[in-house]
Amino acid sequence: MTQVAGGPGLAGAAPAPLERSAGSRRTRRSRRSAEENRAGLLLISPTLIIVAVAVVLPILWAVALAFQNVRLINIRGTGFIGAYTLNNFVEVLTSPGFLGALWTTLVYSVCGTALAIGIGLIAALALRKPFRGRGLIRASLLLPYVAPVVAATFVWSTALNPQYGIVNWFGTTVLGWAEPVAFLSDRSLPVSIFGWQVELPIALITVICFEAWRSFPFAFLFLTARLQAVPDVLDEAARIDGATPTQRFRHILLPQLLPTIAVLCVLRFIWTFNNFDDIYLLTGGGAGTEVVSVRVFDYLTARGDIGAAAAQALVLAGILAVLVWAYLKLFGRQEEQA
Amino acid sequence: MTAVDRAASRAPASRAPASRAPGSGFSRDRFEIALLRVVRPVVIVLLVLAALVPFYYMVLLSFRSLDSLLQNPGALWISIEELDFASYVEVLAPVSDGGQGFVVFMRNSLLVALGTVGVTLLVAIPGAYAISRLQFFGRRQVSGLFLAVYFFPAILLAVPLFVFFTQIGLRGSLVGLLVVYVSQVVAVSIYTLRNYFATIPASLEEAAAIDGCNRLQTMRRISLPLAMPAIVSNGLFIFMIAWNEFLFALLFLVERRDSWTVSLGLSQLSGSIEVPTTVLMAGSVILTLPIIVLFFASERLLVGGLTAGAEKG
Repeated sequence: MTQVAGGPGLAGAAPAPLERSAGSRRTRRSRRSAEENRAGLLLISPTLIIVAVAVVLPILWAVALAFQNVRLINIRGTGFIGAYTLNNFVEVLTSPGFLGALWTTLVYSVCGTALAIGIGLIAALALRKPFRGRGLIRASLLLPYVAPVVAATFVWSTALNPQYGIVNWFGTTVLGWAEPVAFLSDRSLPVSIFGWQVELPIALITVICFEAWRSFPFAFLFLTARLQAVPDVLDEAARIDGATPTQRFRHILLPQLLPTIAVLCVLRFIWTFNNFDDIYLLTGGGAGTEVVSVRVFDYLTARGDIGAAAAQALVLAGILAVLVWAYLKLFGRQEEQA
Repeated sequence: MTAVDRAASRAPASRAPASRAPGSGFSRDRFEIALLRVVRPVVIVLLVLAALVPFYYMVLLSFRSLDSLLQNPGALWISIEELDFASYVEVLAPVSDGGQGFVVFMRNSLLVALGTVGVTLLVAIPGAYAISRLQFFGRRQVSGLFLAVYFFPAILLAVPLFVFFTQIGLRGSLVGLLVVYVSQVVAVSIYTLRNYFATIPASLEEAAAIDGCNRLQTMRRISLPLAMPAIVSNGLFIFMIAWNEFLFALLFLVERRDSWTVSLGLSQLSGSIEVPTTVLMAGSVILTLPIIVLFFASERLLVGGLTAGAEKG
């Protein structure tokens, strides 16, 4: 009874001092927050300046260049303002190679992403149970991802070389190929599968395989991290209920991994879509592997047509933005649930 | 722990089929388990081979002479007598002595990579601290901007930068390249560091503030030492990116051989016929070795750093 009576009494007495202190605290807090605001802006400003000068400003300039008739020869007098025209876009969109390059880019990124994530998933599952030496194996599986791209492409193109590459040596002497295959410079390779004559786009397949080889470790790393967070109890319970390994994967593990796989799809797709190094170094964009970024580079350096290069790069970025936006629109909700 | 683990996981596995299909002898469960027992090691061996054989091939060729490669392209090992260091001598020797001058390229790569690490960390640490700790105007937008920068097509950026560097005559300068690298990695650097700063209890900093530290002192004495693991792994990560980078080096440095990086040098020389493949393989080893050594030396730290950026849940 006394406790109950004491309650309202205390509550009645409290408000007055509380109110006063709340008022002074508010001014103190606003002063504090102003100070915090200033400190925050001060600390972030070097980064902001660098990003503004070396990223944002150039991008705006790229947009301006895409609407101007700029060539490498008249580069001196080029600025933000000029005679704006749509000619570059007309030229780029109507030129014969562009749509083909765009299609190649799409095929390359979709197949490369799917293969890389598929192999990464298999690797993560295969290395799930601990065993002696697992740490070392995990680390060595990451090597293709951390190794310099120039060295990796050079080794691949040497190994695939028709004259002295080990792959063709193996193919001709052990597998009995009639003649060596120019993996990186043949547009298509006639292959008969069960009597069917199929023209394989061999160079494109090779660069996709390279992409898968190089980036599966990334998927492997993320999926391994996610697998470690799956509680063992779930698996155990399913096992006691008599679920087979494939059933457990399908109904227990896969639902847990799906959000991570979705994020990986977005990340890998963006990076593969923008990828320049791998294809430029492997094939130089020849033999049916010309992706848009390599085409931009050609326009920029070989042809010196800066306006068209900027216009193409802009179209590339725009398409990428639309694709990613559409993906997030379609699947964004599932990801948020995760 | 592993023994207990394995015992625990084996026990129900062997019990489950027995209780479900007594006497049937050959259930789907038992079949799958048996199959996986065979497939798993095969898959692991294949993956390891796929990941490592190209690097083994690289090292192998770097120690062979061009003649022996052309005569016998399929040899997968070499005897001690065949071991040939001439490729390394040629690739490292300066151009004036008939070599390829990779020592200069290595110096350039090292300068740019270390410079990028230094400048990026100098800029990113305060930035990451601000984003994780301080409420300031536009904080959310800044994070979004940095993320957008990270995913932007590098080739779009390459066009205006190429024009700009041509106009002011900065092509061929390592400093220009360094600025571009910093702008490329600073966003992801802030992103990963921010996540780490967020895990440091704010109460530690509050305690320091009560003890009379101002914000800078708190940062220096409390937050920085606590965030050291993340900073080191971040630095290694940046070093690798800068050391491996190719596109911007190609665009800005290609005309001046004495400022080529190792990546650029290797790619440029592999286009010419005069330089033997085995010599360039030695160059590849020189390019790759620092990264692999760094990676294995710091694997534990680095793997954390690689995933810290985008890990969910």
